[in-house]
Amino acid sequence: MNGRWLLKRIGMSLLVVWTTITLTFALIRLMPGSPISRMRAELYQQYGATMSQEQIDRQVRLYLNVQPDQPLWQQYFNYMFDTFQGDLGHSYIQGVEVTVILADVLPWTVFLLSIAIMFQYTIGILLGASMAYAEGTRFDFASTSVSTFLVSVPFYVFAFLLIFFFVFQWNLFPQGGKYATGLEAGSLAFYRSVLYHATLPIVSLIVTGFGGIALSMRANSIQTLGSDYIRGARLRGLSNFRISYRYVARNAILPLYTGLLIQIGFLFGGAVILEQIFSYRGIGYVLLDATLFRDYPLMMGTFLVITIAVVIGVFVADLTYGKLDPRIQTGDNS
Amino acid sequence: MSDASVDSEDIPLEVVSDVDQTWQDTVRNLLNAYVLVPGRIMITDYRALIGFGIVFGYLFVGTIGVWLMEPTTMWDGERLMQSFETWDHPLGTDPQGRDLLTLMVYGTRPILLMMFSGGLFIVVVGTIVGTVAGFSRGRLDQLLSTITDVALTIPGLPLVIVLAVTLNPQSPILIGVLLAINGWGGLARNLRSQVLSIREEDYVEAANAMNVPTRHILLKDVLPNMMPYILYNFMSSMRGVLFASVGLYYLGVLPYSQENWGVLLDQAYTGGALTTWSMFHWILWPIVAVVTLSIGLILLSQSTDKLFNPRVRARHE
Repeated sequence: MNGRWLLKRIGMSLLVVWTTITLTFALIRLMPGSPISRMRAELYQQYGATMSQEQIDRQVRLYLNVQPDQPLWQQYFNYMFDTFQGDLGHSYIQGVEVTVILADVLPWTVFLLSIAIMFQYTIGILLGASMAYAEGTRFDFASTSVSTFLVSVPFYVFAFLLIFFFVFQWNLFPQGGKYATGLEAGSLAFYRSVLYHATLPIVSLIVTGFGGIALSMRANSIQTLGSDYIRGARLRGLSNFRISYRYVARNAILPLYTGLLIQIGFLFGGAVILEQIFSYRGIGYVLLDATLFRDYPLMMGTFLVITIAVVIGVFVADLTYGKLDPRIQTGDNS
Repeated sequence: MSDASVDSEDIPLEVVSDVDQTWQDTVRNLLNAYVLVPGRIMITDYRALIGFGIVFGYLFVGTIGVWLMEPTTMWDGERLMQSFETWDHPLGTDPQGRDLLTLMVYGTRPILLMMFSGGLFIVVVGTIVGTVAGFSRGRLDQLLSTITDVALTIPGLPLVIVLAVTLNPQSPILIGVLLAINGWGGLARNLRSQVLSIREEDYVEAANAMNVPTRHILLKDVLPNMMPYILYNFMSSMRGVLFASVGLYYLGVLPYSQENWGVLLDQAYTGGALTTWSMFHWILWPIVAVVTLSIGLILLSQSTDKLFNPRVRARHE
């Protein structure tokens, strides 16, 4: 692996996290009608008779990680310092540390999304490649039409339909939750229940997600198949497997990477809607809860952690990019 | 035409077009380039025709349709009439007896406004950032590329939720821009790499050698090459804004003053429309509206390539 390239990626990831922290700080501190003033007003209303101004300030400081009486730059540095140490403040409603709540729910979201994204890309790439090989046939036309239609369906709409038929009409799947209650964690029945509950959310992401990937894989493959080096490879008498795997697939998959980077962010964002529909208590569910209850510390902390999760996901995806594209190893940046 | 803007002494071989264009010619040329030729191409392509028909239909409903219909109120009809039962309420009514068709028609305009403003924001910001980054070498390029990468990585929907709650925007146009706030990264990144290769073309080098100002080169030589892609992106961005807005209205995090499809979807879902067949039409029609519009946009965007392809155009001029 090329060292400079790796360093650049890490720097980029840190920059994104830093931007997000700055953004949440700005939102908490600088916005008109900011969380700070709202929180102060609320605390004053509740405890105004018993609490002094300093006590209220101390409460605000505990919850939001911001000290309203310091100069702005000092607040900013303290906030940044605390956040990098993993202190995201306390949930206003639940009174628990934000990090504790998030550590509990984040794995569930990652579990849902990583399975969904793996299936999306496997189905999309295989289907797209076979469509390209069968270009112009009835199979190609049918798959292109179906893929185009599926791209037009937002995943939450498909989730609604799944719930309507599979939950309320046919009673095949549970409506929500992460696993059935009363099962011993770690037992086989527990894992089966986890998969059972995750099926509908994952299916709704896969079905509405693979179409777009298949369509761009198809277009890329057709373009690659028409290029001179493929003809050259045929003339050299290389085996069909070698041509399709080493020459066509590699070059057709590379442009999908920008899409993958966007897709990771999109899925983590979409988790807010998905988890609400299936009452699946993951990180998106917590973000929405915090938002609706105006639980600012939890909301900002969740937003930050979602961003970090996306950054890590993108970083891992980038590492596999280096495996596919030999130019990364040699350090050629063009 | 572009020769007109260059002084004759700047032209190395001193040969200038000696044909004067009257304004009638200009109008005719513009009409030909932007209305007649695309129209002729479209007629031959059924996908473009369907897509155009759908999008135009929605525009009609969102502008004139609203004038033609009386707003509906509670107890306009009986509660929960099924679709296609009576002519008074062709799509049926909701549990409060409001006419679903009227609700859908009135919900079209705010959604279209949001999509348009959001799509426009994405395309304008993405194009400016992408072309400038690609065309300028060095520091500026690095800076813009870094900003693009950051915008690309910060997850959009959570950012929008956090911003919507803190800023509380009311007008559909502002909400549209908010929904598109970091959607321009993909377009900018892609345009940058396109510009990198266009920059090396002979005609750009020639323009550079003739001392044509950079913004002229960008506008007249570089941008036209990327128009199909930008237009394609405009339509897919509008689709993205549509999905995001309906989804966030469903979650109840966006403030609203008028009812729209997303709000209807939310009301239907919380009203239990998913539990029985008798209420299913209540949630079905917002869904149909979203999916149909999205199909229309996709079909139209798939045909943009044809509309701008010079070889296809030449056949229809």
